[in-house]
Amino acid sequence: MNSSPKKATIGKNQRPFYANNSAAALKEALRKMHLVRMFEEMAEDSYIRGLTHGTMHLSIGQEASAVGITMGLRKTDYITSTHRGHGHCIGKGAEAKYMFAEFFGKEEGYCKGRGGSMHIADPETGNLGANGIVGGGLPLATGAALAIKQQKRDDVAVCFFGDGASNEGAFHESLNLAAVWKLPVVYVCENNGYGMSVSTDRSMSVPNVADRAPAYNMPGVIVDGNNIADVAEAMAVATERARRGEGPTLIECKTYRTRGHSRSDRNKYRTKEEIEEWKARDPIPLFEKELLDMGIFVQADIDAVLANAKAEIEDGFNFARGGTDPVPEDVTRDVYAREIA
Amino acid sequence: MRELSFAQALHEALDIAMEADERVFIMGEDIGVYGGAFGVTGDLVHKFGEDRVMDTPIAELGTAGAAVGAAVAGSRPILEFQFSDFSGLAMEQIVNQAAKMRYMLGGKVNVPVVFRMPCGSGTGAAAQHSQSLEAWFAHVPGLKVIEPSTPADAKGMLLAAIEDPDPVLIFEHKLLYKIKGDVPEGHYLTPIGKAHVAREGRDVTVVAAAIMVHKALEAAEILKAEGIEVEVVDLRSIRPIDTGTIIASVKKTTRLACIYEGVKTLGIGAEISALVAESEAFDYLDAPILRLGGAESPIPYSPILEKAAVPQVEGIVEALRNLVKGRI
Repeated sequence: MNSSPKKATIGKNQRPFYANNSAAALKEALRKMHLVRMFEEMAEDSYIRGLTHGTMHLSIGQEASAVGITMGLRKTDYITSTHRGHGHCIGKGAEAKYMFAEFFGKEEGYCKGRGGSMHIADPETGNLGANGIVGGGLPLATGAALAIKQQKRDDVAVCFFGDGASNEGAFHESLNLAAVWKLPVVYVCENNGYGMSVSTDRSMSVPNVADRAPAYNMPGVIVDGNNIADVAEAMAVATERARRGEGPTLIECKTYRTRGHSRSDRNKYRTKEEIEEWKARDPIPLFEKELLDMGIFVQADIDAVLANAKAEIEDGFNFARGGTDPVPEDVTRDVYAREIA
Repeated sequence: MRELSFAQALHEALDIAMEADERVFIMGEDIGVYGGAFGVTGDLVHKFGEDRVMDTPIAELGTAGAAVGAAVAGSRPILEFQFSDFSGLAMEQIVNQAAKMRYMLGGKVNVPVVFRMPCGSGTGAAAQHSQSLEAWFAHVPGLKVIEPSTPADAKGMLLAAIEDPDPVLIFEHKLLYKIKGDVPEGHYLTPIGKAHVAREGRDVTVVAAAIMVHKALEAAEILKAEGIEVEVVDLRSIRPIDTGTIIASVKKTTRLACIYEGVKTLGIGAEISALVAESEAFDYLDAPILRLGGAESPIPYSPILEKAAVPQVEGIVEALRNLVKGRI
C-alpha cells in the first residue's frame, strides 16, 4: 500500500482499516497516539525534575496497540488495563489533565490522588483501571464480560495484559472461564518481549502468547503491534465476534517498549542495537507515513494534530500543577461507600 | 415464627435476594444441581436457572476475580467458596482487587460482591478444610467480615451483605448449618457492624463469634449454677467491629474473655483485648484479659486432637471460673 499514488482516495481496494475509518477517525487516532507519547514524555520529565514521586511504567513505542485496540470501542464497553496503562486510558477517552492531576497526587486526579500512575482509571469512559498486579485485570475483565452477558447487553470487555501475565494462573483460569461461558471479552496481550528483565524466550514454553489460545478453544491472532492498521483490523473482527455472542478472542500485539521497565531500569538485559532496531519501527511515524503515502493526510494535517496534542498536554500539565492537595484527615475517605465505625 | 436451620435460613436469603433483584446471581463449585457441598443453594438452580445459579470450574482465583469484575460492572454476584480454606487460591483478587478498588479509584466505583466462606473445624476434614481465617481478611481495609451465629442472623446478615455496596465476606461455621432457630419470614436486614448481647450477666463479658457463641452460652448455663453470671456478646461482625457494645459490657462486668476458634495468636481476640485496653473500660478491669483461641497448630485429623485444637465448653467453664474467682 505504500506504493499507492499520492492523491489516492479511500477506496474499495484499500485495506479495511483505511476503507472503514473516516479521515476524522484516523486523525483522532493519530492525535491520541501523539497524546500518549507526549503525556509520557512529560510525565518522565516531571519525574526527573522531582515534581512527582513514586514510579511509572512508560509505554513509549507501544502506542499503536493502545489506540488501535480502543479506537473502535463504545463508551459502554469496558477495558481493564495494566501498570503500563497510560495509552489504554487515553485511548478509551480519558483527558490528559486529570491524568496529570493524578500523577501529581491531586484531588482533581482521576483517582483523587489515591491511585497514582499505576491505578489510573476512569469508570465514566468504561476504564475499570490500571493494575499494579501482573495479571490482576484478567479475571476482572472476565467478570465484567460476565456482567454484560447477565445484563443482556451487547457491549464487550477488553483486557489488556502483558506477555508476563500470560504465565500467571489468572490468565489461564480467565481464558478457560470466558471460553466455557462464551463471554464477550477480547484478551489483548501487548507482548513487548520482556516481563521486566526476563525475556519471553526464558519464561514462556511456547514462542507466542497466541499459541496458548487453542488450549482454550478460542481464536489466537498475532499482529504487528507497531502497526495500528494491523491491530485495529484484528480488533474489529474480535469485537464483532464478541458482540454477536460467539465468545472470546486472544490478540497478541508484538511490540516493544523503548524505555526501561520502570524508573529503576538500567537496561542491562537487552542490547542498544535491539532498542535502536525497534525505535526504527516507531509506530507513530509508521502510521504518519502510511497516511501521507495514501494521500489521506498532507503534512499540514499532521502538523495540526501535533499542535493540538501539544496544547492539550501543556494545558493539562498546568491544570494539574495548580490542583488541590488532599488533606491528611481524608486518608480513610472512600475505603468504604459509607463511613464505618 | 417458624424454625429453620442455619443452612435453610441462608437459602431463604438467597432466594429472596434473587427474587427481588435480577442483578443478583450466585456462582460457585457444585452449587447447581448438586445443591452446594453443604446444601445451601439447594434447589435454587431449578427456580432461577443455570445463568443465575452458575456452576463454575474449579478455579478460585478466576471465579473470585470474575465476581469482583461483575460487581464493578453493575451486577450483584455472590461467590460461594466450597470451603473458605480455598480462598487462599483467590487471595489476590479479594485482597488486592476487591478490597482496594474503590479506594484506588478515588471512590468512583462500588464493589458489591459477597463471598460465602464455609469455615471451622469439627467435621474431621483436617488441616485444609477446617480453618477459621476471618482474622486474615479482617486485617484488610476495604473488606467487611461478618460471622453470624444464629439462623435469624444468618438470613438477615446475608441479605445485608448482598445489599451492601462494599465487598463482604460472610463466614459460615460448618457445624452451625444444621442448628435450628426462629427465623422471621420475608425480607429483613440485620445490620453489619452491630454486636448483639446474647445473654446478660454481671460477672464477666465473653466476646465470641459464630459457634463460640453457642459454646459460651452453654458454659454460662453451667456457671449459673455456681452463681457466676456470664454476659455473652455475639460479635456478628468482625470488620467493622462494634467497639461500643464491647466496651459498655466490660465496664459493667469488669472482666473480659475473648473466645474464638481461629488461631489464638494475632487473632480477633488480640484486637478485642487491645481495643478494651485502649479504652475507658481499662480502668474498670478487675482481672487480666483472657483469650481462649485455637491451638498454635493446623487443625488435626484425629478426633481427640481436633477437639484439643479449639476451645471446648469444659475448658471455657474452667477458664471463666478461674477468671471470676481471681485465680489468674
